[in-house]
Amino acid sequence: MSAFLEIKDLHAKVGDKEILKGVNLTIESGKVMAIMGPNGCGKSTLSAVITGNPTYQVTGGSILFKGKDLLKMTPDERANAGVFLAFQRPTELPGVSMAQLLKAALNAKRTFLKEKPLDAVQFMKHLKVRATALGITDEMLKRSVNVGFSGGEKKRLETFQMAVLEPDFCILDEMDSGLDVDALKVVGGAISVMREEKRSFMIITHHDDLLRYVAPDKVAIMRDGKILQVGDKELVAKVEEKGYDNF
Amino acid sequence: MQEKKCFFLTFFNKSGIFIGMNKKNADILKILKGGYKEGFSIDISAVQAPKGLSEEIVRFISAQKNEPNWLLDFRLKAFRQWQKMPEPHWLKGEYAPIDYQDIYYYSAPDRKEKPKSLDEIDPKIRETYDKLGIPLKEQEVLSGVAVDAVFDSVSVATTYSKALKEKGILFCPISEAVREYPDLVKEYLGSVVPYTDNFFACLNSAVFSDGSFVYIPKGVKCPMELSSYFRINAKNTGQFERTLIIAEEDSVLSYLEGCTAPQRDENQLHAAIVEIIVKDRADVKYSTVQNWYPGDENGKGGIYNFVTKRGLVLNDAHLSWTQVETGSAITWKYPSCILKGDNAKGEFYSVAMTNHYQQADTGTKMIHLGKNTTSTIVSKGISAGKSSNTYRGLVRMSGTAQNARNISRCDSLLIGGNCGAHTIPVMKNENKTAIIEHEATTSKISEEQLFYAQQRGLNKEEAVSLIVNGFCREVMKRLPLEFAIEAQKLIGIQLEGSVG
Repeated sequence: MSAFLEIKDLHAKVGDKEILKGVNLTIESGKVMAIMGPNGCGKSTLSAVITGNPTYQVTGGSILFKGKDLLKMTPDERANAGVFLAFQRPTELPGVSMAQLLKAALNAKRTFLKEKPLDAVQFMKHLKVRATALGITDEMLKRSVNVGFSGGEKKRLETFQMAVLEPDFCILDEMDSGLDVDALKVVGGAISVMREEKRSFMIITHHDDLLRYVAPDKVAIMRDGKILQVGDKELVAKVEEKGYDNF
Repeated sequence: MQEKKCFFLTFFNKSGIFIGMNKKNADILKILKGGYKEGFSIDISAVQAPKGLSEEIVRFISAQKNEPNWLLDFRLKAFRQWQKMPEPHWLKGEYAPIDYQDIYYYSAPDRKEKPKSLDEIDPKIRETYDKLGIPLKEQEVLSGVAVDAVFDSVSVATTYSKALKEKGILFCPISEAVREYPDLVKEYLGSVVPYTDNFFACLNSAVFSDGSFVYIPKGVKCPMELSSYFRINAKNTGQFERTLIIAEEDSVLSYLEGCTAPQRDENQLHAAIVEIIVKDRADVKYSTVQNWYPGDENGKGGIYNFVTKRGLVLNDAHLSWTQVETGSAITWKYPSCILKGDNAKGEFYSVAMTNHYQQADTGTKMIHLGKNTTSTIVSKGISAGKSSNTYRGLVRMSGTAQNARNISRCDSLLIGGNCGAHTIPVMKNENKTAIIEHEATTSKISEEQLFYAQQRGLNKEEAVSLIVNGFCREVMKRLPLEFAIEAQKLIGIQLEGSVG
């Protein structure tokens, strides 16, 4: 059986600048993998390349997700296959409400999976349960996506979208930057609740804030476009103690 | 006004686009799915005037309609004036010269008497309506919208007029109003848009075929939204609608106008006039979804749409124009308000979407004459392909408009690098106490926005449609629900092929 996610010798550049220089990484089903590394090491690029952001050009290597060749799929196909990215800096969509975006997204996925679209009542129920759990108000659901929200609110809304769309593979890019302790608890709590056998997480971070609320199964240390070391959660403490220079 | 409550986010389709659930909408959506699907025409032997325009043709049109002498005189005066006027060419756009002698000015379905019920309507005509998704019977039962359907140039059906009559509301083809309520028509026809107003208004005054007439008596709130569907059908037939709406003191009306037209190679001329009189404390909302055939992706064919729409707004009265313009090869249209009474209020909310080789030059005129008059202008222009999209507006504060106030906002969205967006706001302030505010923005859909929506599972076209509809939301939400649905769908269709 193929691995949940298998990245082999992945190279990618933006413009002429090579950022990923041969990434090798395997994530197993039901596991939480933390990717730690200093700023500029390529962590966010890795998440962008996995999800198909057209800003980056893949120049070599492969990404297999549950046996499927992700690099041959469009961003929306990857999303509908179960790959989700909680953005570090979510983009504004003026005039589009969060509820509208999520209804469209959820039903796009259901159509892709040849399931019936949810009707309005089912959708509202699905939405409300998760909104309440994450402290998302009706007003926030009606407002334009990411317009006029604080940094912390945006992160909570990214987590909320993840909870609503229930993807198999959740990538969280620097979710802990700009979050206060209460928000960290909410985000961490959501991940803990969503942890299950068929779902894996990739938590990208450069310090241990979020990892205090979500214990990772494995930690990968990234530097200069490569994964240098993969270990268990004790690596987090090592990073906090000694910094990245010792890897 | 009929209450149409809608639970927040109850009706969204898979693209996240707000849709409704009644059967009529479902029918419309079925037809509107993918591309311009209204390109069919049916053969109905038309009673037709010979090609060209002359005094004889004007007399022929008037005689066909058994019109009284005063109306023939009105037409003839207009025709003589029109002969002296040059065709204006100040719009931002180009088109081949129009040969006014190569156009048919009158055609009517081959019928001698008006049908007494829907069952008497020519089955072929009904078939056309079915294809368009507006089966009248179902509309009668389901939607509660009274329809004055213009097929070619003569109205063939009017529903609900009985229910309206009980309230004293008159809603009928203007040709019928000429016969039944000549005093009203005589008093108000040309009172807001005189036949001398402009070249195309003058042409319309000479040859107008038919259109809608609405009269709301004093203090009456119209119990339903009045709707009129227009359709160009016979080949080479210029369509010259004439709409006259009179809202007496303290009355309330919401009027919907929607257009579809079959696919044609030849350019078709369309020069309509809408005149609205809004008396003291009356409130009129006029909504349009315009979907005339825009021509093909190479710019061949399409409707030339030269329209004059204007309302006279008296003391404490309110006129609101909402338009969604997605069709026509050329759009030349400036729904306007003459804010004559004190405290009169005018509004203009517009979405103009152009693609391929379409050219839209549209906007509004707000003429402030009364004290404390206010006007709001919100214009959203979306250009794609090689199209050109211009907002042109005039805000005039006259010396008598003490403390008048205007706020204008014009936003343009560009899709791709080969289209144009232009904003030409003219402001004339002749009153020191009046304030005019104008804001304009131009933006593009960013790669980040597209990727964000795609990462959530929407394909590129769905993502663009979602983002564009978000851009227009402020205007769309002012449309009555079923119109909003149709309009959003139309914008989605218009965007097809514009995303690389």
